[in-house]
Amino acid sequence: MLVGFCIAAVSGVFLGIIVGWWPRARDLLEPVIEILRPIPPLAWIPLAMLWFGLGFKPAVFLIWLGAFFPILLNTVLGIEGTPKNLIEVAKTLGANSWQILFKVGVPSATPSIMAGLRIGIGIGWMCLVAAELTGSNSGLGYMIMYYYSTMEAAKTVAGMLMIGIVGYLAFMGLKKLEDRMLFWRVSA
Amino acid sequence: MSQPKLLIQNVSRTFSERKHGKTTEALRDISLEVRAGEFVCLVGPSGCGKTTLLKIIAGLETADTGAVYLDGKQVNAPGPERGLVFQEFALFPWRDVAGNVAFGPEVLKRPLSEQIKLAERFITLVGLDGNEHKYPAELSGGMNQRVAIARALANNPEVLLMDEPFGSLDAQTRYLMQTELLRIWNENRKAIVFVTHSVEEAVYLADRVVVMTAGPGSIKQVYPVDLSYPRHRADHGFISLREKITASIAEEVK
Repeated sequence: MLVGFCIAAVSGVFLGIIVGWWPRARDLLEPVIEILRPIPPLAWIPLAMLWFGLGFKPAVFLIWLGAFFPILLNTVLGIEGTPKNLIEVAKTLGANSWQILFKVGVPSATPSIMAGLRIGIGIGWMCLVAAELTGSNSGLGYMIMYYYSTMEAAKTVAGMLMIGIVGYLAFMGLKKLEDRMLFWRVSA
Repeated sequence: MSQPKLLIQNVSRTFSERKHGKTTEALRDISLEVRAGEFVCLVGPSGCGKTTLLKIIAGLETADTGAVYLDGKQVNAPGPERGLVFQEFALFPWRDVAGNVAFGPEVLKRPLSEQIKLAERFITLVGLDGNEHKYPAELSGGMNQRVAIARALANNPEVLLMDEPFGSLDAQTRYLMQTELLRIWNENRKAIVFVTHSVEEAVYLADRVVVMTAGPGSIKQVYPVDLSYPRHRADHGFISLREKITASIAEEVK
C-alpha cells in the first residue's frame, strides 16, 4: 500500500509541477493524460495480472494507478493557480525562474497538492482492496471474498468495516500532516 | 544639471486582444523624469494606464515604443534596483514577516547573517518590531502593507514603485500609513513613484503630482507641490491645489 502510494505521490507531484509550470509540457502531455485518466483502475486489473502476475506487484501497480491521477491533477491545478502578483513581486525582488518555481509556485500549490494526496490515498486504498478481491490470496479484499464463499455475512461486513476504518486512519494521518504544513493558511 | 534617477522617454503601449482582433491604446508618448530622492505621484481617471506605466518601469510589461532608463541604463526586465509594492500587498502567505522581508536578499544569495540583519533593520524601519514571526494572515491590512514596503526596501532599491498601496485600507489606517511613508522616505530618501486614485493623498505626499489623461493615458499636466512637510490637509494652499488637480481630472472623466 505504502509503496504504491509513495511512488504515486512522487511521480504525480513531479509530473504535475512540470505540466503545471511549462505550457509546452502541458500541450504535449495533456492528451496522453486525459486519455488514460478516464479508464477506471478496475479495468487495468487484467492487464496488471498479465504483466505482474499475482500478489504484491500488481497491487502496487494498481494503487499507483489509482492515486496517481488525483495527485497529478491537483498538483497541476495548484501550480497553475499560483497568484500572478506573487510571481511578479518575486521577479521584482530579483528571483530567477527556478527560484520563482520553487520558492513561489511550489509553496503556493502545497494546499492543492495536499488535497490531491488525500484523495489519492483514498482511491489507492480502494484499488488495493479491489485488486485483492480478484487477484490475490491475502488481505482484506481476499478475506471478504473468502467469507462470501463460506456465506458468513457478519464476517464479510467486518472485513468491509475494516477497510473503511483503515481508509479513515490514512485520511486522518494525512490531514494531520496537512494541518502542520499549512499552518499559515489559518486566518487570525 | 545631474542626470535624472529615472528617465521615461516617449513610452507608448497598445494592448491587443487576440480573440477579437481589437486593440486598446493604454499609453501614448509618456515622458517623465524623476530626480534622486524625489516623490512623484501619478493620478488620473480609472483605466488611464497608471498601473501599466508602473509595470513598464518595473520591467513586468514592455513598452511598444520609447524606453525607461535608470541611472542612464535602459530597463528591460524586472530587477532588484526597482522595488514594487502592490495594492493587495502580495505577501507570501507561507512565510512569516521576517521571511517575507528577507525574500529579496535570499534570492540574491546574500549571506544568511546579512539576510537576518537586513530583515531586522527594515522591520524596525516600518515599525513592526516584535512581529517578526507572525504570518500575513495574522496581521491587519496596514501591518501587511508595512511588511510589503519593508520587503521592497530590503533590496536597497534605487526607486520604489507603489501601485495604490493604501487603496484597500480604511481611512484611519490610510492617514497613518501616509505619515509613516513620509517618515520612511525621510529616513532613506529613495525616489518614489506612487500611483493613487486619491488627489488628497497625492498632494499630501508628493513633490510633484502628475495628472494623466483618460485612455489612452498621456501626461496632461505636472503640478509641483510647494508646500513644506508636514503638510496640513486644511491649509489654504493645500486645499486650493487639491481642487485645481481634482478639476483637471474631472475634465477627463467627462
